[in-house]
Amino acid sequence: MPKTILFIEDESALQKTFGEILKQEGYEMIPALDGEIGLRLAKDKKPDLILLDLILPKVHGFEVFKKLKEDKDTRDIPVIVLTNLEGLGDVDKAIELGATAYLVKAQYSLEEVVEKIKKALENR
Amino acid sequence: MKQSFIEELNIFAQCKRYGLPLWQCPHFLFLVMGVIIIGSTLVVYFVGTHYIEDPQIVLLITLLVTAILFILAVMITRSFERLAEANRMKSEFVSVVSHQLRSPLSNLRWAIELLMSGRTNSVTEKQLEYFKILKENSARMSELVSDLLIVSRIETAKLPFKEQEFALEDLIKELIKEFESFAKASNVEVKFEPAKDLPKVFSDPSQIRLVIENLLDNAIRYVGESGQVLIKLEKQDKNFYFEIKDTGVGIPKEDQKYIFQKFFRSENVMRYQTQGSGLGLYITKAIVGRSGGKIGFQSQEGVGSTFWFTLPIK
Repeated sequence: MPKTILFIEDESALQKTFGEILKQEGYEMIPALDGEIGLRLAKDKKPDLILLDLILPKVHGFEVFKKLKEDKDTRDIPVIVLTNLEGLGDVDKAIELGATAYLVKAQYSLEEVVEKIKKALENR
Repeated sequence: MKQSFIEELNIFAQCKRYGLPLWQCPHFLFLVMGVIIIGSTLVVYFVGTHYIEDPQIVLLITLLVTAILFILAVMITRSFERLAEANRMKSEFVSVVSHQLRSPLSNLRWAIELLMSGRTNSVTEKQLEYFKILKENSARMSELVSDLLIVSRIETAKLPFKEQEFALEDLIKELIKEFESFAKASNVEVKFEPAKDLPKVFSDPSQIRLVIENLLDNAIRYVGESGQVLIKLEKQDKNFYFEIKDTGVGIPKEDQKYIFQKFFRSENVMRYQTQGSGLGLYITKAIVGRSGGKIGFQSQEGVGSTFWFTLPIK
């Protein structure tokens, strides 16, 4: 069984790019285009990792994060935040909520992000 | 964008440039105030010499003129407020636009990286060449956008500043390592000579990193065919003193006073061979200033430049 990654991100271009590269790495990616769908899929599919954008339609990324941590079914799934927000407040908040990593999109190459994902899944 | 003295006297043109109606334009209001002051002085002199037995009239006129001047002063202050507000909105606008540009830019960059990796299909030599151009230019756009974001944060005083204790020496060593391949490709030898037993510095490491990154990047970039860069770090009284000296093309004398201005790029021999937004040194100076330090340089065309900055030891 391949490990599953839930990608909560409203940019379909990114869904496509990551879908391709993660498939090649032997993972199964589940796309979610807004916070609401993301929360539902997290509970239903229980992925091995969640990749979370912060600026999301319907439910904001931080709200999604909080709800994930409140629910005992999803509490233990590691979350990597992948966003373009880089305010100190945002970083602190994500760390406080227990983010495995906080990646600012503008600062990482595709391969570097994949490396971080692999590393986070190694310990599972 | 320098104006001649005559152009500055043309109040109507000035007000039009700011897009303000006459009664909201500081230039025009100042002129009106000047005319009133001169006129009222003459009237008071005339009345004072003719109605010497009626001092109340002089008092009344003076009160009236003071009231008018007061109203004008309020209007002038308001008009300055409007200009300041317009400036703030401009910075806000730049901030929003640059933020909005970031998402499509990372989508673009990552899609190119995926194509270049050869993961989706095999890539020919020729295709790779063009992918590289795409990648380099999307990287350039990303850099420009993040520079613009920093500038708008500086201008709206929203630049985050999280101070902590750290070893400046280690940060510099780390950066030299990061620039190693760039320096090698540019035939530049980078040397670092820190003084012994330096104390730790108390500042925001991510901001100071930006400062040194900019200075090091400039030193290597403008070195010409090949050359040396020497970095020194020492303690001077209550300050850290950082110096970076290069054997590069130098800054022409007539450009030196503009070097820290936003979007300024020197007309030196390498202007058209190198890329840059003209924002690096502006950002650098703003951050050093914010950290309570000073920044400066000496430069001679064809010989090289030495940039230095200080940081207070707390």
